[in-house]
Amino acid sequence: MSTLNPKRDIDIQVPLLTRVEGEGSLEFTARDGRIEQLQLRIFEPPRLFEKFLEGQDYTEVPHIAARVCGVCPIAYQMTSIRAMEHIFGVLEDPWVHAMRRVIYYGEWLQSHALHINLFAAPDFLGYADALQMATRYPEEVKRGMLLQGLGNDMLRLLGGRSVHPIGLRVGGFHRAPPKHEVADLVDKLLAARDAVREFAAWAVSLPRPVDEQDFVSVAIRHPQEYGINEGQLVSDKGLDIPFDRYPTHFREHQVEHSTAHYSMMDGGSYFLGPLARVNLNFDRLPQEVQNLAHDLGLSFPSRNMFMNVAARALECHLAIVETLDILQHYKLPTRPWQDYTPRPGIGHHCTEAPRGMIYHRFEIDRDGRVKTASMIPPTSQNQARLEQNLHSAVEHFGLDHTDEALRELCEKVIRNYDPCLSCSTHFLKLKVNRE
Amino acid sequence: MSAKPRVAIHKFASCSGCQLAFVNMGAELIELTKLVDIAHMAEVGHVLSEDEDMDIAFVEGSITTPHDVERLKKIREHSRFLITMGACATSGGIQALRNNADTAEWMRSVYAKPEFIHSLSSSGAIANYVKVDFELWGCPVSVRQMLAAVRAFLFGVTPPNLREKVCQECKRRGNNCILVTQGAACMGPVTRTGCGALCPSFGAPCYTCYGPAENINVGSFGRRLMGLGLSQEQVLRKFASINNAAPAFSDAAKLFCSEPWMEE
Repeated sequence: MSTLNPKRDIDIQVPLLTRVEGEGSLEFTARDGRIEQLQLRIFEPPRLFEKFLEGQDYTEVPHIAARVCGVCPIAYQMTSIRAMEHIFGVLEDPWVHAMRRVIYYGEWLQSHALHINLFAAPDFLGYADALQMATRYPEEVKRGMLLQGLGNDMLRLLGGRSVHPIGLRVGGFHRAPPKHEVADLVDKLLAARDAVREFAAWAVSLPRPVDEQDFVSVAIRHPQEYGINEGQLVSDKGLDIPFDRYPTHFREHQVEHSTAHYSMMDGGSYFLGPLARVNLNFDRLPQEVQNLAHDLGLSFPSRNMFMNVAARALECHLAIVETLDILQHYKLPTRPWQDYTPRPGIGHHCTEAPRGMIYHRFEIDRDGRVKTASMIPPTSQNQARLEQNLHSAVEHFGLDHTDEALRELCEKVIRNYDPCLSCSTHFLKLKVNRE
Repeated sequence: MSAKPRVAIHKFASCSGCQLAFVNMGAELIELTKLVDIAHMAEVGHVLSEDEDMDIAFVEGSITTPHDVERLKKIREHSRFLITMGACATSGGIQALRNNADTAEWMRSVYAKPEFIHSLSSSGAIANYVKVDFELWGCPVSVRQMLAAVRAFLFGVTPPNLREKVCQECKRRGNNCILVTQGAACMGPVTRTGCGALCPSFGAPCYTCYGPAENINVGSFGRRLMGLGLSQEQVLRKFASINNAAPAFSDAAKLFCSEPWMEE
C-alpha cells in the first residue's frame, strides 16, 4: 500500500508532542532515501536544580528535589534521602523499608495507570486523545482512572498528598499512618484486585506493534525482592555493581538539540524502565504476578519494545499485590523514623522511578549543608537508546510511507518510553525534515 | 461548535505537577468536562495554537526564555480570563532562586556547553509580563481551589481570595502547635492556607509552599526562629524556598541576608 517515493524529501516536524509528561518535539529529515536527522528535542527550559541545592540544609533537600518532577516526586525524594542516609550511617529498619516500598508502589501505579490509560491506549486504538477514546471505551477509561486514583491514595497514606508529598524525611517518615487509615486502604486494594487483572489483560490485548530491537537492559536487582529501592545495578550484559560505582560506568554528555543530558554506559546506550526491570527481575515477581503473566501468554525477557506496555501493566498488578501483602500485616512502629547524627561525606544511591533507574550523588559538609548534588533522571539516560530506536524503527518501516504514517510511528515509539520531559533538570524535542 | 466555555492549560518552566494534580482529579475531571470544553492541554493530547480564543487560560510554570515571553503575550491577547496555577506561575517558583545568583556561572557548571542553551537570566512570575486575573497559589495547587475558581468565573464573579494563615486552618483541625510545643521551625504563621495545614498535621514543619499570607510580620517571626536556634542563614533559607521571589518573602530574605538582626 505504500507507494510513495522513498527518495523524496521528507520534513516532518511535531513542534509539541502530546500525551507525554513535559514538553518536547520531534524533528525528522530525510534526503535521497536516507535519514539525515531524527531526534527527540527536549525544550523544557533549564531549571538548574543541582546549583540551587548547594548550600541548603540537608533537611530541605526532600522538598526541593521533589520539585524537579511533579510526576515522580517520590523518586527524587527517596533517592536523595537514601544517598544522605548512607553518609549518616542509617541502616533502614524493616518498617521504614516496607513503607517506602508502599509509597513507591503508589507512585508507580499512579504513573503507569495514567500512561496506559490516557497516553498509550489512544495510540494503539487509533484515537487522537483520551477524551475521544473515552466516548467509545467509557468503562475502560473509568477503570484506568480508578487505578490511578488508588495509586494516589497509596501516596496520600504516607505522603499526605499525591503531588509533592510531605511525609518523607531523612530516617523514615514524619507520621505512621493510624490503623484505621491503613484498613480503609486495604479495603480499597482488595476491591481493586480484579480490576487490576482486567486492566492488565486489556493493556496486553491492545493491538500493539512489534518492534524487535537490540538493547541492553539496566535495572536494580535485589536478592529477595523486586528491585526498587535497594540492591545492585545489573544489566543483561554482565554489569553487577553497587550504586556507588555508578560514576565509573555511566557518563553524561550534552548535545546541541536538547536541554537534557545524554548518558552512556561503558560508551554505549542502554535501556531503563518497566520492560528492563521485568526482563532482569521476572523471577523476583511474586508468584501471583508471574502467574498472571503466564495466563496472559507473556514471556520475558523480551526484545519487543512495545512489550513495555505489558511490563507496565504487570507492575500495576505487582503494586497492588505487594502493597496488600505489606499492609495486611501492618503494625504501628514505636516511631516512624530512625535517629542519626548528620556528618560530612559523599553518598550515592539509585532507585527505580516509574520510568526507570534514577541516580543521585550528594556531598554534605560538616554543617549539614549540601556541598554538591548530582541527579541523573531516567529519561535522559534513555535518550540515546530512544534515538537509536527511532532510527531502526523508521528504517524497518520504510520511508515509502506517508509523512502522516511516519509521524505516527515516531510518536508511538517515543511515547512507549513514557518519557518525562519535565524531569530534565537538564532535558527533549522532535521535528522531522525530509531532504 | 461547542457552546461550553473553552479552557486552555498552558505550561512554561515547571515540574508539570499542577497539571498532574488536575489530571489526578479522576471523577471530578469528567464532571468538569461537562461544564467546560478543555480545548488545549498537550498532556492529554489536545493542541491548539495560542491564537485560538479561550474563555479561561490556566498557566503553569514561570517565564525563563525570550520565546516564553512572546508565547505568553499571545495567550493573554486571546484569553478572557488568565489564571496562574501554582507557585512557578504565581511567584516564579523554586527556580527563581537563580535570580539572585550568577546565572552564567551556574549554566557553565551544570552544562558543559552553555552556548547551546537559550535562557533569560531570571525565572519570572506571569504577572511580571502580563495582566493576571486570578492567582492560584500552592506547590502544587489545590484542585478544590481550582474548581472553585472555574465555577466562580462561570457564574461571572471573582473567586474568593483566601489569604489567611496556615495556623488558622491548623487550629480548626485541632492540631497541637508543633512550633509552640516542639520548637519546630514551622512556617505556618507566615504562609497562606489552602493545603489544609497538611505538614503540621503530619507533625512536619510547614515550608511555605502556598506563599505569603496576609499581614505577616516576617522580621519578628524570623527572629523568633533564631530564638529557636536557627542561624541567620537558616532563617534566610526558610523564606527563600518554594516562593522565594514572592515580594513578602524576598524582602524577608533580604532582611536576614547581610545585617545581623540585632542591629536592625
